[in-house]
Formats: sequence, C-alpha cells, structure tokens
Amino acid sequence: MDQFTLNWIFIGASFLLYIGIAIWARAGSTSEFYAAGRGIHPVTNGMATAADWMSAASFISMAGLIAFTGYDNSSFLMGWTGGYVLLALLLAPYLRKFGKFTVSEFIGDRFYSPTARLVAVICLIVASVTYVIGQMTGVGVAFGRFLEVSNTTGLLIGAAVVFAYAVFGGMKGVTYTQVAQYCVLIVAYTIPAIFISLQLTGNPIPALGLFGEHTASGEPLLAKLDSLVEELGFANYTGHHGDTFNMVLFTLSLMIGTAGLPHVIMRFFTVPKVADARWSAGWALVFIALLYLTAPAVGAMARLNLITTVFPEGTASAPIDYEARPDWMATWEKTGLLSFEDKNGDGKIQWYNDGSDAFAATATERGWAGSELTVNRDILVLANPEIAQLPGWVIALVAAGGLAAALSTAAGLLLAISSAVSHDLIKGAINPNISEKGELLSARIAMAVAIVVATYLGLNPPGFAAQTVALAFGLAAASIFPALMMGIFSKRINNTGAVAGMLVGLLTTLIYIFLHKGWFFIPDTNSFTDADPLLGTIKSTSFGAVGALLNFATAFIVSNATKAPPQEIQDLVESVRIPRGAGAAVDH
Amino acid sequence: MADNSSSNAYWAANVRIILVSLVIWAVVSFGFGILLRPMLAGISVGGTDLGFWFAQQGSILVFLALIFFYAWRMNKLDREHGVEE
Repeated sequence: MDQFTLNWIFIGASFLLYIGIAIWARAGSTSEFYAAGRGIHPVTNGMATAADWMSAASFISMAGLIAFTGYDNSSFLMGWTGGYVLLALLLAPYLRKFGKFTVSEFIGDRFYSPTARLVAVICLIVASVTYVIGQMTGVGVAFGRFLEVSNTTGLLIGAAVVFAYAVFGGMKGVTYTQVAQYCVLIVAYTIPAIFISLQLTGNPIPALGLFGEHTASGEPLLAKLDSLVEELGFANYTGHHGDTFNMVLFTLSLMIGTAGLPHVIMRFFTVPKVADARWSAGWALVFIALLYLTAPAVGAMARLNLITTVFPEGTASAPIDYEARPDWMATWEKTGLLSFEDKNGDGKIQWYNDGSDAFAATATERGWAGSELTVNRDILVLANPEIAQLPGWVIALVAAGGLAAALSTAAGLLLAISSAVSHDLIKGAINPNISEKGELLSARIAMAVAIVVATYLGLNPPGFAAQTVALAFGLAAASIFPALMMGIFSKRINNTGAVAGMLVGLLTTLIYIFLHKGWFFIPDTNSFTDADPLLGTIKSTSFGAVGALLNFATAFIVSNATKAPPQEIQDLVESVRIPRGAGAAVDH
Repeated sequence: MADNSSSNAYWAANVRIILVSLVIWAVVSFGFGILLRPMLAGISVGGTDLGFWFAQQGSILVFLALIFFYAWRMNKLDREHGVEE
C-alpha cells in the first residue's frame, strides 16, 4: 500500500471518529451547549483542555523552532506550560464559583458595567479570531501535504469538518471529540519520538533520551549535537545567545497569555465543583506535559538526524550527493518548504552557517560557496518520521495527529467566539429578551460566520501563522488576564478603572505590534522591525507582558482616583472567594 | 461578625499559599531557567548544565507539582475553615 493511501485511511478514520462522537453527543439546551451541563469529570476535562490548548503551533511548529535554535527557544516550553500555574492559582477556582457561562459575563458583573462587558467581548473576539486564522492556515498546509491536494482545497475540507462538529455538537460534542483528538495527537507525537530515541540513545523514553548517551559516538547526546552544529559554524545548541531581558518578557507574555485565552478559561466552567476546577488545571497540565517534555527531545534528535543525513561520513568529510538524497527530501521539495541550490556546482549538498564570519575561512578552504539547503522549520515534526526512516503507518499517524491538533483548537476557539457573540453581545447588550432557541440559533450563526471569516483570512493570511498567534497571546495577556485577576483579588478596582486598564493594555499592545509587523499586517507599513525594536530589546512578540503591566497600573491609579465599588459588588467578590455554594449558582 | 473573620483568615491563608507557590514558579523558570543559569553552570546534567534542564524540562515538572500541591492544600484549607462544598 502506498503512502498516499495510508494517509487517507488514517486521516479518514480519525475524522469519522470525531464526527461520530459529535453526533452521539448532540446538545439540547443552551446550558448543555455552552458548558456541557457542567457534568464533566476533572480528568476528562483536563484531557479535553489539553487538546484544546495544543494547536498546530505546539504540535507542528514548536519542536522545529527548538531544533533550529536550541536553548534560546525554551521560552515556548516554559511559557506555554507556566501559564497553567497562573490559571490554577489565580483564576480557575474563582471563575467556577462565580458560575456563569463566559469570561466577559464575569467582567460585566464584577465591574457592574455593560461597557466593561462589551470591551471584554471585543478583546475576546479579536484574540480568538486571530488565533483561529493561524490554525486554519496550519490545517491547509498539513492537508495539502498529506492528501497531496492544494493548500486551498485542504483548507476548505478542514473548514467543513470543523464547522460540522462545532456547530452541531456544541461543547459536549467538542469535549468528547477533543478527548478523542487528544488521544490521537499524543500517540502520533510520541510513537515516532520513541522509535527515534531508541535508534539514537537506546532509551525508550524520549524525554530521558535527550539527556542520555548517543550510542553511536559514546558521548552525551547534547554534547554530540553541540559539537556537530559548531563544526558547521552554527551557534551551539545548549548555549544562551539571545537577549536575556527579551527572553524573560517573551516567556512572561506567553504565560500570561495562556491564562487569558478565553477558550482555555471556559474549560473550567464545565466541572461540577470548585475543588474540581483546581484538580482540572493540574490534569490539563499532565496531559500537556506529556507532549511538552517530549518536544525538546524531538527537536534535538531531529537536528542531529538532519546533520547526519546530509553528512553521513561526519562533518569533516564531503556531504551527500544531491542525486543520492533520501526520498523524503524529494517529497518535501515539491511543497517548496525544502529547497536545494547547487551554488558551487559540485552536485553535493553543503549545509552550514554561511552567516558566520568565524566559519567563512573553513568554508572557502573546502570550496563551499554558501549554504545550499534551505529547510522550513515548520516541516520538521511532520518530516521527522521520514527522516528517521520509520514505517509508512507512523507517517500517516503523524498526519492525523497534526490535523487533530489544529482542528481541536479551532473548534474550541469557535465555541468561545460563538458564545461571546450570542450570549454577551446579543443577549447581554442588544436583545436581553431573546428566547433560548433564538440564542442557540444565533450562537450557531456566529460560529458559521466566524469560520467563514477565518477560512477566508486563512486563504489570504495577514502574516505568518506565528505572527498571528503572537498577536492573539499578546492581546489576551494585556487585556483579559489583568481584568480577571484584579476582579478577584481586589475589591477596590471599580468599573472606570477596569475599562481604562483593558483599553490601555489592548491598544498599546495592538499599536506596538502593528508598528513592527505593519498596520493590520499589511506589508511595508511597519516603522520598526523586531531586529531593531522601538523600545530597547523588546520585540513585538514580547510586548504582551508590558501591556499587562500598563493595564494593572492604569486600573489601579484610575480606581483610586474614583469612587469605590458599591457594597453589593464587594459582597460578590467576597462570595467568589469562598467555594461553598458553587452548585447553586449554576442557573441564572 | 464571626463568619466574616473566619473567611478573612481563610482568604489570608489562601493568599499566603499563592504567594509562596508563585515565588517557586518564578524561581524555577525565570530564575534557574534563564537569569540564574550561569550560577548553575557547574552542575552538569547529560552533556549540558542544570539550567538547560530547568529551561526545557525541570520547570514543567515543578509547575505540575505546584498545581497539584495547591489543589490538595486548598481542599484541606476549605475543610479547616468549613467552606468546602
């Protein structure tokens, strides 16, 4: 059976599973649609949260980014897991106790202001839509590669599938579908990693293999990798090369952004008790950590395998002939994401750091005229099983896993968007007397509109997926998280302070990103670049932490200059802090 | 009001646990993983140093321990103050 057929079988079977679950769990009432009737067990909820959280960025992109940069990209690992500590300690239990459906509902009630609720809804919609665009782009690329169809066709198929189960299933469908998706994606991520770890280190656990011994050379794996990359003029893998201050801010932005993203916070509304909300965050991180502890091993081992594929006789000897290259290189060349240019005309693939002055003399001496191989970082995880020459079914499994990661996140975000529009915007602001049926209908229409917009923008993305995702994180960090945290931990922050804080955080972050990435991502409209940022060494991706700080400061100053919140709001804060009575607050 | 003073003690205890947890959270990630890495350079772990391990794996394991500790400690605190569900 050829690879193409295998891919179709694995992807097709996994989709049938997801759609089957969505139909089986079709939602009835509005309460079931949004929060699955609050009957979800913490472990189940944790698994679904993990699938929701781990998107194409975690599955497809992250290990590749780590592989090519090494230590300096550890920010992704710490940032995208450390946010769960903030979520578990500072938000989840209290929001569950509050007992409403959406994040903006909490902000609207706590700050006793429809304006605050509206500002929160706008923040949520902007952050979620930009995040979905990135996912849809990922869906298109993965479908295109594995089904050997065009990017556009791949994207349209993906959009149709997300639409089907998110619209007809509601959150219950999504919750159980996401449990299935988690299983598919974690198996798909781990199996090739186990094979590769066994090949290189003899250790079946990739996370331990990373710090184990490279059996072929007898050296520690990371020491071997450091010496290999240095021999080709690259910066060493384990060293710290980037700016320290920016690395701290970037990590912090990712952490705060994680705790401010509505589709993740919403998960904690679906457990029965406050105590369960606490456990749920822990279980979510357990399931996330299974992938995140493996990812640095996948990255390091893929880099090592890539170097030994190109230089089978060692980095001091000649690299392989282009004509003798492995099949996977030829396959990826078709997508344009991997390319070879024979600069010195010797028919061999020289791959080294031609930007390094220290290495230039060695390169000239060997007759090398520039690095001839270009590898897109995003293909590394998908190409990984092929690089390690694993069987065809493993490759097909990775394809299904990558799609599960992208689709599950897209579906969770769509749900957050639809409830923001129908529940907060329409029922909360435009037509408070809307019937339950009407509300459900408008939720589904909102979802359909959101997916059409996301698909359209996914076809014509405003920038690279990573840029769009960075915007989503920065916005969530700068706007939502501070408002939620202050709403729980301070009784003094009032309506004016919260609205001013959110607006300052949102706008400064948005403007800083636009100044560096172009206004509304239109190319060449930027005034600065991330290589030479406006403020010191702060890149636009790291600005979310600064925006959050400005939000906190503004809210604090404005609140203290204006009137304290009324007594009933202070009582509300008091009641949110105490777990007792959460069950009674469900209906409203 | 007796009720109120009990809930104030509960909240103060909660905030104390959160603060201690967040200090540990910051020390393992921003500290050991980034800023204090040069200090840990002498301790070698599998071909590199302890700071690299904290940045890529260690901090994640500590985060996990922190969340489960907090859940366990708070559920106990809820019962001590009689505010559990």
